[in-house]
Amino acid sequence: MENMTNKEYQQYAEKKIPKPTYFKNMLMAFLVGGIICTIGQFIRNWLFNSGLDEKAVAGGTAIILVFLGALLTGLGVYDKIGKIGGAGAAIPITGFSNAIVSPAMEHRTEGLIFGVASKMFIIAGPVLVYGVSSSVIVGILYVLLTKGR
Amino acid sequence: MDYVKAFIVGGLICVIGQVILDNTKLTPAHILVSFLTAGVILGGIGLYEPLVRFGGAGATVPIIGFGYSLAQGAIEGAKANGVLGAFTGGITSTAGGIAAAIIFGYIMSLVFKPKTKN
Repeated sequence: MENMTNKEYQQYAEKKIPKPTYFKNMLMAFLVGGIICTIGQFIRNWLFNSGLDEKAVAGGTAIILVFLGALLTGLGVYDKIGKIGGAGAAIPITGFSNAIVSPAMEHRTEGLIFGVASKMFIIAGPVLVYGVSSSVIVGILYVLLTKGR
Repeated sequence: MDYVKAFIVGGLICVIGQVILDNTKLTPAHILVSFLTAGVILGGIGLYEPLVRFGGAGATVPIIGFGYSLAQGAIEGAKANGVLGAFTGGITSTAGGIAAAIIFGYIMSLVFKPKTKN
């Protein structure tokens, strides 16, 4: 034991650190994310069966899921789902909705403009900035690459 | 069957995010932004569409699918109206989700009080 180099000791110590949550986190992310997507599939099928086209179905599904995510966040339920599911709750579009409502509620005391309306975009802002910008770039690249064909 | 596919595809995408979260110092906000941007890129080069056809909501509900939708819209816009369409297409195809997020987000944060953390 005493003759260990620093590096050896580190390796030894790392072995001793318990990692019980690692696999469990993955499992819970899989289950929670899977369940949310299954609910999404249910909404999708329902909208398809009511005669909407692909685009309307995609939009409608997003709207309904965003609504559910916002409502559950307001009720304090989504934070609990997030604690269980981790990325499984954060990555579906309901998590995007949660990322909007959560800071907006917390900063409500700062007023309707600088509190709610501005803090809504703490996370949604960067998402929209990167999403919209990169989509415009994709569109322009498409125009450039297909020009003259 | 499409429910099983949605469950598995959606679940696996979330597992990828969880593995990144657990092994790096990135926050969920970083994951949201990078998954969305990844969706735009994958959608732009046509790699995400097969996954959407296979996994349905499992591929479209995660934020990466939102990116795919942005890219699809931008390309469709570009096909129809050139550079102008490249600007309008992305937001057009995701307008419902964005508008819903804004209005429902606003309403919910007015209606509900934050739960005090124990």
